[in-house]
Amino acid sequence: MTTPVVMYEAEYEQLKSAITRLCADANAKFVFLVDKNGQQIAAHGEMLNLDTTSLASLTAGNVAATDGLAHLIGERGFPVLSHEGERDNIHISIVASRVILVVIFDERSSLGLVRLRVKRATGEMNSIFELIDDKISRERELGVSVDSPFAEITEEDIDALFS
Amino acid sequence: MTFINYASREINCKIVYYGPGLGGKTTNLQYIYDSTAPQAKGKLISLATETDRTLFFDFLPLDLGTVRGFKTRFHLYTVPGQVFYDASRKLILKGVDGVVFVADSQRERMDANIESLFNLESNLKQHGYTLSKIPYVLQLNKRDLPQVVSADELRAELLRRDEPVYEAVASRGVGVFDTLKAVAKQVLMELRKSSGG
Repeated sequence: MTTPVVMYEAEYEQLKSAITRLCADANAKFVFLVDKNGQQIAAHGEMLNLDTTSLASLTAGNVAATDGLAHLIGERGFPVLSHEGERDNIHISIVASRVILVVIFDERSSLGLVRLRVKRATGEMNSIFELIDDKISRERELGVSVDSPFAEITEEDIDALFS
Repeated sequence: MTFINYASREINCKIVYYGPGLGGKTTNLQYIYDSTAPQAKGKLISLATETDRTLFFDFLPLDLGTVRGFKTRFHLYTVPGQVFYDASRKLILKGVDGVVFVADSQRERMDANIESLFNLESNLKQHGYTLSKIPYVLQLNKRDLPQVVSADELRAELLRRDEPVYEAVASRGVGVFDTLKAVAKQVLMELRKSSGG
């Protein structure tokens, strides 16, 4: 199995404030980050009843399918996807080559504004993801595994989950 | 790929149900969805054709509870079983932590089982995984139907290693949770290994 993806508290807070700022600057309704495997990383916005877990997995499926299409026609990928609805629109872009940034907006904003703000926020987020990568590789080099809650998991712990 | 979030104290793992078309992968997820308490599950999403054949994937997020203070979530996916949807199957295997192969026990589906298993091995390889190392469970489904191949014969054809094997009737829930538990257990034990435990 491949090594787990890890998100630390400090960088999570930085990402959270980056998307909060983006949401305000772009006049968006909702902004969230999801990894390419469909796991939600962080979210911010006014759509309180949004099913973010489903949104995350469908976004990842959408990006994966579009990447597949791109490869078929000899493109490396389509880094920006945009879906226009009657009321709400979705802007999808890639951050740090492996994370998907989703912005949901309505008539209070515009595609141009969202694009502009996303571009600025992407630079900031790229640096945060670099920090995370550095931290993980430093810890791996030192041979200290990240303080994993699973290092001492027992069969009884697992059985208890299904009881 | 497991995702450990220290900020929200959550751990997310991805399980994929693989197998030939009409073998019961979606039925497994549907049964798990129907018999799980509302607070432990999210929506069951099915990207299906008008005739209810899986087109891209089914998705069910499941909260199993807390292990060592971390909320443990499993994201269950199925692949479309029909042969010509291979591009979609490949995409769904990306980042997988554990695989369940749902075999159809009916004699006329034996070739389809074998073909799908080969396809699984080859698609896993393209993502850098091997079936012999990844958490894996074999489910022999539709044991209640007439004209089924004996479990021994299915084992002889489909067993790839020392994987756990469960006989199942997914439409009635027989063997469904045993299968899920067996694969989840392997995924979590694998996490222990990778964190040096």
